[in-house]
Amino acid sequence: MLNQSLQENVFDMPPQTDIAWCPGCGNFPILRVIKGALADAGVDQRMLTLVSGIGQAGKLPQYLKCHYFNGLHGRALPVATGIKAANPHLTVVVTSGDGDVYGEGGNHLIHTIRRNPDITVLVHDNMIYGLTKGQASPTSEEGLVTPIQPRGVYVDPINPLALAISLDAPFVARTSAGEPQHMRETIAAAIAHKGFSLVDIFQPCVVFNKVNTYQWFKEHTYFLDDDYDPTDRMAAFARATEEGRYGLGIFYRTDTRAVFEDEVGVYDDDKRPLYERKPQVAAVKALLAMKR
Amino acid sequence: MTNYTKKESHDVSILLAGQAGQGIMTIEKILTRAFKEEGFSVFATREYMSRVRGGVNSTQVRIADASIAAPVERVDVFVALDGHAFERYCSRLTDKTVIIGDKHVADMCQCSAACKNIVTIPLREIASDIGRSVYANTVAAGAILALLDVPLDGARDALQTLFVSKGQDVITHNITALERGYKHGSHAVFSQNIQIDTVARTQKEDNKKHVFMAGYEAVGLGALAGGVDFCTSYPMSPSTGVLTYIAQHGKECGVVVEQATDEIGAINMSLGASYAGARPIITTSGGGFALMEEAVSLAAMTETPVTVHIAQRPGPATGLPTRTAQEDLNLVLHAGHGEFARAIFAPGTTAEAFVCTQRAVALADAYQIPTFILTDQYFMDSLALAHEDDFTFMPIKKHIVETDQGYKRYALTENGITPRGIPGYGYGFVCADSDEHDESGHITEDLDVRVQMVQKRRKRLEALAQEALMPSCSGACDGSAKKALIVWGSNRAVAQEALAHTERDDVIAVHFAQVYPLNPRVKEMLDGLEKIAVMENNVTGQFADLLERDLGIKVDTRIAKYNGAPFTVEEVINHITQL
Repeated sequence: MLNQSLQENVFDMPPQTDIAWCPGCGNFPILRVIKGALADAGVDQRMLTLVSGIGQAGKLPQYLKCHYFNGLHGRALPVATGIKAANPHLTVVVTSGDGDVYGEGGNHLIHTIRRNPDITVLVHDNMIYGLTKGQASPTSEEGLVTPIQPRGVYVDPINPLALAISLDAPFVARTSAGEPQHMRETIAAAIAHKGFSLVDIFQPCVVFNKVNTYQWFKEHTYFLDDDYDPTDRMAAFARATEEGRYGLGIFYRTDTRAVFEDEVGVYDDDKRPLYERKPQVAAVKALLAMKR
Repeated sequence: MTNYTKKESHDVSILLAGQAGQGIMTIEKILTRAFKEEGFSVFATREYMSRVRGGVNSTQVRIADASIAAPVERVDVFVALDGHAFERYCSRLTDKTVIIGDKHVADMCQCSAACKNIVTIPLREIASDIGRSVYANTVAAGAILALLDVPLDGARDALQTLFVSKGQDVITHNITALERGYKHGSHAVFSQNIQIDTVARTQKEDNKKHVFMAGYEAVGLGALAGGVDFCTSYPMSPSTGVLTYIAQHGKECGVVVEQATDEIGAINMSLGASYAGARPIITTSGGGFALMEEAVSLAAMTETPVTVHIAQRPGPATGLPTRTAQEDLNLVLHAGHGEFARAIFAPGTTAEAFVCTQRAVALADAYQIPTFILTDQYFMDSLALAHEDDFTFMPIKKHIVETDQGYKRYALTENGITPRGIPGYGYGFVCADSDEHDESGHITEDLDVRVQMVQKRRKRLEALAQEALMPSCSGACDGSAKKALIVWGSNRAVAQEALAHTERDDVIAVHFAQVYPLNPRVKEMLDGLEKIAVMENNVTGQFADLLERDLGIKVDTRIAKYNGAPFTVEEVINHITQL
């Protein structure tokens, strides 16, 4: 079923590239799979731009041969929105972590879903802060003991899928780093879907999260049935708020939302990206003349 | 008729005061249009409270026979739409002030020195008679024009423009209100003992080549003229006018305009757009800009061009949201962690704002740095006349290159600037990184590369300083003056007008439209002066500090005003006299 329109190895960096992740890190399978998913989705490598914030996941664009903007902690989504709005022909994919997208960037997540640019957001959700060495993240489960939460985490984790569905995000899915084939298909579908796509990717942190391991994810996840209907928003919300076990698959999708870059007005009659256009000097001169 | 005396004056100051929502701005628009067509020099400045209805707001409108663009204390004509206006402005009214208002409003005048020359006009009654009491402001405008002997043609035009979206009925009623106000005003002039000065119409022909606009419009127009095609901002007084202006004309000028959901999102969106080849501007005030600081640093690290306009207001924190200040020079000068190059402009006239804004976006692009335009509430909300020829259009140069394979976004070059590639144009990869990076844009912890990159980012500051705008001089600029009054930003016109009044030939007024970096030649320009005073709207003397720090110029006197109001001509005359 996979359309090999593009060899995934075009995204490979030279073999001597120093990768700053820990051995066994859940980011490795994600990196591998993203290349395949990009190929499957038929993405033109020269038109692909990755955007990330800060964290272990935020380093991913460094290890992929592509354009990228590796910005500030929590701020990947507005950057991605700006890129897409300045050049709608680009394929814009955000790769960042749970702390970045759900914590520091929580407000941007809410309002980027509202704005609905055609971007894909891959959240490497390891339920822990890795780069800062093991503090609680917005998705850490209650009771998780860390150096900063010695009595265990006592706030409820964020439910990113339920949040996204409540905001009518056009594409909401979850997959797992332990399920490469599922991950590949899900990411490819997310990229292909027009509008804001959120893919929450369960990812073990082998150094700091001793609870949510590969084994734990295996035991606590299941694949959504073939007859599951992702267009039913209420059912999707119910499924997203299930406790104790976590579905993997496309929870929700809709084609009804207007896309940001189509709404900004400047592309109505002219599809060229901003950089190709000439300044409207005559229009500005007319505006000045109105002040006579 | 014998009671009616008219004498020639160089300028007349009109203060319109009333509650928010009573339509002072409409009167201002009618009057300024009529005055411009009549051939006066015109200036208007607004003072308002941080509320949508009630309180006391005012607009000062000045007409003169010579170029003016600054507020005065003096009030020659006081138009009170609400009785509470008297309490607020008593200290500025004298026995020579002509007061115009409804009788029930004028009856509330209890200013000891004033309340002598009251022209009562039944504004509300006339308005109600025409149809709605809201026309009272237009009736008042008609009366004022009668007192100043200014024909109604320009005023009628103004009403047509103002109410075009509200339908012909509203226009017709307003014109009737205007005419009836004029009739009552003319009658009052002859029947009451009113003394009002007239001003020579010196600019009748010249005004046709002049444009009249507010500071926020000048910045907005400058942005559009500079080729800005992307504007994301979050509303914040007093900067919102620029966002509104660009939003209103976004489509015709090809600008993506988006109201962000916070300032952090606003600037990060602009950085994304800039990385992809757009030319962004962001508009905000001090508090909003404080939120953007981290991203300013990101712009510097990723060498992504961005321009931020900051309309200052008094702080700290929320401060006085609708008042003026020059308190954020230090904020902008030091905004963002780490060390990097930047440029800061501080225009003093509408034409200068138009040119400086173009220059700011052009420099951001050419040098791949963050650049800033610092204005303030007073500048944003003041309207002045300027010759159209002074609105210079700079050629727009885009510094974007088509990349080839092996392109390195941060390749080291002689001047530190790498030709800027963007994603989707060419064969190379454009990798921008917030981490310290190597030439290709990939993370590095090689400390030698770090040093090279610091130098790369820093190097361009010297070139920026060399091409920094020199300050403008007024007064005895032939080198004979011994003293200088130095100002920056919005204090240009008030310094010039005050200096002209004093007729001092030993003092020059020096205005900086670019406050950072300072051109090294400024030092030579100011060397040899015996006394230097720096006048600014902050308590510490932030620009004085900068002159001392960066150029080693000794500042003798720091003139500070920080109550939230702009300097007036009278105050500055006083300061110059003491130099």
